[in-house]
Formats: sequence, C-alpha cells, structure tokens
Amino acid sequence: MDSFLIYKAILVLVIFVVSLVIAMYSTILERKFAAWIQDRVGPNRTGPGGVLQPLADGVKMFMKEDIIPAHAHKFLFKAGPMIAMTTALMASVVIPFGKTLLIGGKEYALQVSDLNIGILYVFAMVSIGVYGIMIGGWASNNKFSLLGALRASSQMISYELAMSLSLISVIMASGTLSMSEIAQQQSGWHWNVITQPLSFIIFLICAFAETNRTPFDLPECETELIGGYHTEYSSMGLGLYLFAEYVNMFISSAVMVTLFFGGYNIPYIEKLGLAHNLETILGVLFFFVKTGFFILFFMWVRWTIPRFRFDQLMNLGWKYMIPLALINILVTGGLILIFDYFK
Amino acid sequence: MLSLSNRKKVIEQGELSFMEKLYLPVIAKGLGITVKHLFKRKVTIKYPEQKRSFAKIYRGLHVLKRDEQGRENCTACGMCAVACPAEAITMISAERKKGEEHLYREEKYASVYEINMLRCIFCGLCEEACPKDAIYLTDRTVDSEYNRDTFIYGKDKLVEKIDNRIDISQRKIKTEQKLDKLK
Repeated sequence: MDSFLIYKAILVLVIFVVSLVIAMYSTILERKFAAWIQDRVGPNRTGPGGVLQPLADGVKMFMKEDIIPAHAHKFLFKAGPMIAMTTALMASVVIPFGKTLLIGGKEYALQVSDLNIGILYVFAMVSIGVYGIMIGGWASNNKFSLLGALRASSQMISYELAMSLSLISVIMASGTLSMSEIAQQQSGWHWNVITQPLSFIIFLICAFAETNRTPFDLPECETELIGGYHTEYSSMGLGLYLFAEYVNMFISSAVMVTLFFGGYNIPYIEKLGLAHNLETILGVLFFFVKTGFFILFFMWVRWTIPRFRFDQLMNLGWKYMIPLALINILVTGGLILIFDYFK
Repeated sequence: MLSLSNRKKVIEQGELSFMEKLYLPVIAKGLGITVKHLFKRKVTIKYPEQKRSFAKIYRGLHVLKRDEQGRENCTACGMCAVACPAEAITMISAERKKGEEHLYREEKYASVYEINMLRCIFCGLCEEACPKDAIYLTDRTVDSEYNRDTFIYGKDKLVEKIDNRIDISQRKIKTEQKLDKLK
C-alpha cells in the first residue's frame, strides 16, 4: 500500500511538472511558430535559438508589481487566476499516458486515477475552469474585463453542449466512460477518428472554443477588449491566466489523442515482441508526439484564420454544432443496432 | 465609368455558398497557405551580427573632406547652405592665420560648421553645390539620440579624422556623372 501511494505521488508530481514544462515551452513554440508562418525568425536572443525565453518571461512576470485595482474585489481578484490554473492542471488526472510499468514484479498504471466516469470528470474540470475567467473578469471592476468574462461564459455554455453531445456517440460505440478503457479499445488501427470522424471534427472545433483559442478567442481579444478578462491583471496573476491557456491546450490535445487517436497504442508494436516496460515507454513517447501535433495544430490555426464575430460564434454553436452532434448520435445508434442485429 | 487600367475587379458580396458556409474547406485552404510560409526563406536580418548592405551611393551622414595633406577643403563659401532645401546647414567663416596653413587649404575656412540632422533630408544637393570638393554624403547613418540638441552636428563630428579617412570615391563618381548630365 505504501509503495502504491509513493508511486502515485511520484506520478502526480511527474505529470504536474511535465504539463507545466510543456505549457512553458508551448509559449515559445507559439511565438516561434507565428514567426515562421509570417516569414520571420522569432525570439532567438535568450539562449541558443531562444530556448531560455520562457524562463526569462517567467522571471519577468514574477518581478513585476502586482497591482490590484482600487475598486476590485480583492479576494476574488486573487482567486480568479488560481482557479483557472488549478482546474486546468486537474483535468490531467484521468488521462492515461501509457500502459503499465512493471516495477519489482508489480504493475503500475501510468494514470493517476482510472475513474469510471473519466470523461465526465474532464468536462467537469473544464467547465469549472470558466469560473476562473468569470470571477477574474467580474472582480476586476472593469467593463472590458466584464465583457470578456461574459463572452467566455456564454461561449463555454454553447460549446460545452456540442462537445459533450459529440462525445456521446464515442461513448455509445465504446460502451464506457473510462478514459483508460477507451484508449485500450483503440489498440491497433481501431482509432475512434476513423469510425467517428464527424464526432472528432465537432470535438476539435469545440476544443478551440473551450480553450479560448483563435478563431474563438473572443473572451480575450486584444483589439476589441484589450485583453478581455485579464485586462486588469499584472504580474503573476496575468502569468497564471496566460499559462492556464497553454495548460488547457495541452490537456485538450491529450484528451483528443486519448479519445480519437488511439492514445498510447502504437499499431503493430506487439509483433516486435519488446519488453513490457520498453513498449510502455515507446507508447508514452508516441502519445506525446501525437499530443504535440495537436498543440502545433492549435497554433497553426491561430496564425491562419481571423476571429469569428460573436453572432457567428453563437450561430455556429447552436445552429450547426449541436444539431450535427445530435444527428451523429442518431446515426451511431442506428448503426450499432444494425450491427448487433447481424451479429 | 471608363476603366483606365482594366485591372479593376468587381467583387460582389452575396450570400455565402454552401461550401463557404461550412467554413472548413476554406479554412483548410488557409492552413495550406500558412504551412507553405512555414518553410519559406526568412526575410529577417539578424541585426547586430548581420547588417543590411547599403548601396554604394547611399546618402547618409555627411563628411567634411580633407585633402591629401590633411587640410580642410571647406572655405565657408556658403553654397551648400544656399542649396540646402531644408535649411539645415549653417556656418561661420574665419580667416586663416599665419601658421595654420597645414590645417586649412585656403585663406578662408569655416570656424563653425553645423548641420541639423533633424532638418536634413539627405537629398545630396549640398555636395552638388560644393565647388571645393568638401562635403559629401556617406554610407554611414545618423545615430539615434535622446536629445534634440545633440542632433546638431558640429565640425567635431563632420570633419573626417586624419587617421580615419572616409572613402567617398563611389559617391564622387556618381556626383560627377550627374553634373556631366547637367552640362
């Protein structure tokens, strides 16, 4: 039992650090990627090729004066970024990063907690994440922040619906809510994206909206709302908000990989007959490669297309995404019935 | 109306077609464009290590030339100041004393010679006006400063140093060609 607890503690720590490091290096990658797309070089002064830029940014954020506006609600103003960051990190609990590790004859799963309602847990965490934005925007006592928070919450509500509806067809097909089981079922080439392409596209679009990324970055658009909900934030408060966005990006990429792209499963690896631990480690690497691709995809989209107008955003969410997701559920249900009938 | 260039495109903003309403096909097209740029050659010049090469006849910071013996060419005739469209040049003339023959080429010289770099438009008319081969524009640039006063360059900054001559041969050729054309 002790070794189990120690293992879990280490795993939590590792995942925590890995998420933070990935988020940290996403910031520099984002700037580099933007630069490359715009035929520029990007930040390249701090360290070789600019690799130390995130550290410099972090130090800068810490050193800045932390200003609380005169009429802001002090407690909530402080709590906002904390909630945003905590919830962003908490969603990684149910993500299966790999198969099992054999240590001293015992099998340890590379997942902090295999909740039997894993997907619901992710949704719960993501929706609490919007409280961080709402509270921060409201507590700043600034009209732009409030507008940003307002947009964030309405956007979240409209897209969360479509997101969960799109996943229902996946859950119907796999018959479980547990993330690790869904990942396991996709071994070989049984990736859900092949059987559920529409569900994946809807989920992807909603993930953009959930993470407040372009084209759905209305809560924090610089041009209209001067930063939206984090207008009044300075120092590490701002840092946490910006950072939470990148953590969210990592988590949603990881969720996407787990649910649609086979998670940690490498097709045909069992034919190589590798040692169990080696196979697991390769699987973890594969998982992170796929996750990295989606993080890049988030950035790629951000530097390609402009922002949606608010009415377009709502139209898309309510009039296209949700009906499409419902149709998808219907079709999936029908197909399952037909397959069961002919079995 | 009569089209002069025939390059005008009339764009009508009608209803979006079904494919356009889906957004995704056009977004995919856009992604294709950006990914092409990802592998393009970068246009950035990494400044302190790498400098943009100037044209040989670049019109930058002025220099007041000395002759081969290190004597100042300028005789403070004021032609440059008259030619200057921006009225950036001003000077005070003085008479050469005995024993100063090694400093100034002719009997009269400029004791004060100032160019206001904020007024100067770097047109190069001063060098065309100069009868004494004294002032030239070079491929150097004017440094940025915090204070407006420091942009008024005196002789200390304009006259070339004896041990650090500034090559204006390219510029000279260009000016001569131009003057030949005028003749």
